[in-house]
Amino acid sequence: MLDITDLHANIDGKEILKGLSLHVKAGEVAAIMGPNGSGKSTLSYVVAGRAGYDVTSGSIMLNGEDILAMEANERAAKGIFLAFQYPLEIPGVTTMTFLKAAMNAQRKQRGEEELTTPDFIKRVRAAADKLGVSQDMLRRPLNVGFSGGEKKRMEVLQMVLLEPKIAILDETDSGLDIDALRIVAEGVNALRSPDRAFLVITHYQRLLEYIVPDSVHVQSAGRIVKSGDKELAHELEKNGYRDYVADAA
Amino acid sequence: MTPRPPAIRTKAETALAESFEQNRATMPGGDALRGQRARAFDVFHERGLPHRRIEAWHYTDLRNLMREAYPITQGAPAAAPASGLRIIIRDGVCTLPTGAPPAGLKLTTLRDALAGASDALIHALFPDQGADDAMVAFNAAMARDGVLIEIAPGAVIDEVIELDVTASGDAPHGDISRSLVLVGEGARASILESHAAPPKVQRNSAMIFAVGAGASLAHVFETCADSPELHVSTLIADVGKDARFESFAFVSAGEVLRRQGFVRGSGEGAKIALRGVNLLKAKQHADTTLVVDHAVPHGESRELFKTILDGEASCVFQGKVVVRPHAQKTDGGMKSQAILLSDDAAMYNKPELEIFADDVVCGHGATVGQLDADQIFYLMARGLPRAQAEGMIIEGFAREALEFVGNEAIRERLGAGLADWLARRAS
Repeated sequence: MLDITDLHANIDGKEILKGLSLHVKAGEVAAIMGPNGSGKSTLSYVVAGRAGYDVTSGSIMLNGEDILAMEANERAAKGIFLAFQYPLEIPGVTTMTFLKAAMNAQRKQRGEEELTTPDFIKRVRAAADKLGVSQDMLRRPLNVGFSGGEKKRMEVLQMVLLEPKIAILDETDSGLDIDALRIVAEGVNALRSPDRAFLVITHYQRLLEYIVPDSVHVQSAGRIVKSGDKELAHELEKNGYRDYVADAA
Repeated sequence: MTPRPPAIRTKAETALAESFEQNRATMPGGDALRGQRARAFDVFHERGLPHRRIEAWHYTDLRNLMREAYPITQGAPAAAPASGLRIIIRDGVCTLPTGAPPAGLKLTTLRDALAGASDALIHALFPDQGADDAMVAFNAAMARDGVLIEIAPGAVIDEVIELDVTASGDAPHGDISRSLVLVGEGARASILESHAAPPKVQRNSAMIFAVGAGASLAHVFETCADSPELHVSTLIADVGKDARFESFAFVSAGEVLRRQGFVRGSGEGAKIALRGVNLLKAKQHADTTLVVDHAVPHGESRELFKTILDGEASCVFQGKVVVRPHAQKTDGGMKSQAILLSDDAAMYNKPELEIFADDVVCGHGATVGQLDADQIFYLMARGLPRAQAEGMIIEGFAREALEFVGNEAIRERLGAGLADWLARRAS
């Protein structure tokens, strides 16, 4: 589904990704772990299409289609979803207004009919109930004054409603207490399906207790330096990243 | 004191002085009023058009912007609006609606009111606030007409009182009007002041409010699609004990607009709120200069202005809050925020606090920035094309101020105006 091959990317002339390759199959939950500064967030931004990154070589293919020339919104419409580590606040724009605009913008780009208001409201209600997102939160401006846990639940709500092909979760566990973590993980697990993939970026093994991965990859100094199954996560928890940091250097 | 301008008489100043001389004999009103006008004209004559060395006009140099003064003309009255609570002031001449106003509301054309004006009315119509400003003085000297709106004590006027200030004809001309709103104790009303004009119009308009104890007045100022080329709009308000005065400005049209407000809380517990949205592009220039004067204790004031600038547009926010020595427990908050969409746009923010009491809470904040790249990416990553993402952020930014417009119908209409401005920007 997602094929990243020998990806090199710079920001402000500094190379952050240095020949990173990663292949995620449909239905797979792949975890990326690694020390601070290894370029994990950069990887998520480059895949999602954030401006300011200069891809100097390599490729990113989604279901066989090169996405590197696409704008972030085109990638979103193709099915890439990034759950932000620090979701942005958008003052003056109610969450409902934003959700409707996002869902319909993607549908429009795919040549689909826009949602009717009753259909839209029905979908939001159903998803919000499951994630413990209150009506009050939906009426408030997007993420403004939300707690860390509320912002992460809002990210998962968006993911549920936008039904991506591949969802990238960038440190979604950071700043979450155990109850919020469970709610978020349940939301993700409910979305697991044979035709959807996940890329779970995390610093700690804790999240992977709740979202059990099919594969675990260690990223260090802008490359994937080791891949394995979920046991690799346990090993990292025990031994830390020092072996891999040394490898990369 | 600001330094006096050199005694240069520009072509425009000379023309304005001549128009006063031509008109003074035919002005409505008796001797007292004639004396009042002559004194006002002296203020203008001494000062001339405000220019950059006058601090309050530093960023809007009228001497430079008004190279030519268009002839000030009086037109024929407009046809009376058959329905609704709509007052028309066209080419400086007031026309009242034909229908009977709701109970508690009295409308009089200013020309009629001036014919037998009492000293009290003259005093209310020519307050000391802003009287030493050259353009306020010129308005006082020259205004023949406008509307007198009287709201009886305790009256609640649910229907919005609409005041359409407009002009006719393609020939360049100037119009002048002055209107007075007297809100009785405990009364409640709202006024929508809309400004329109053909392309070549210079306007000097003044709205004067006296809000009685416990009364509440909501005022909205808006520019229409075609607005005056040059407009000096003055708002003067005196807010009584426990009274509330709110004014909101929605500015999206016109080439040069100077809005100046002189608002005084003269009764304890007076609440003042001045807010607005400026949407400017091309070479538009809008200046909001406010003086909020807390004369007595327990007053509250809020200013919130949101500005979006594109092209080579420029905007000024000068907000002065004065807290007099006895005005303890004053609560003041002032904020001006601007987003620049273009490298050639300019925002001038000058908040000022003059506090002479020691037990007050007053704050101000001014920000100028560009659209936030992180916010844009966030929305694009959810599927919104760049233009739509930018539009949503700008709209949200402006809506934070718009939300304060209490009347739902007006709020929605202004919201539609905002969306329309954004759509035209994107296209």
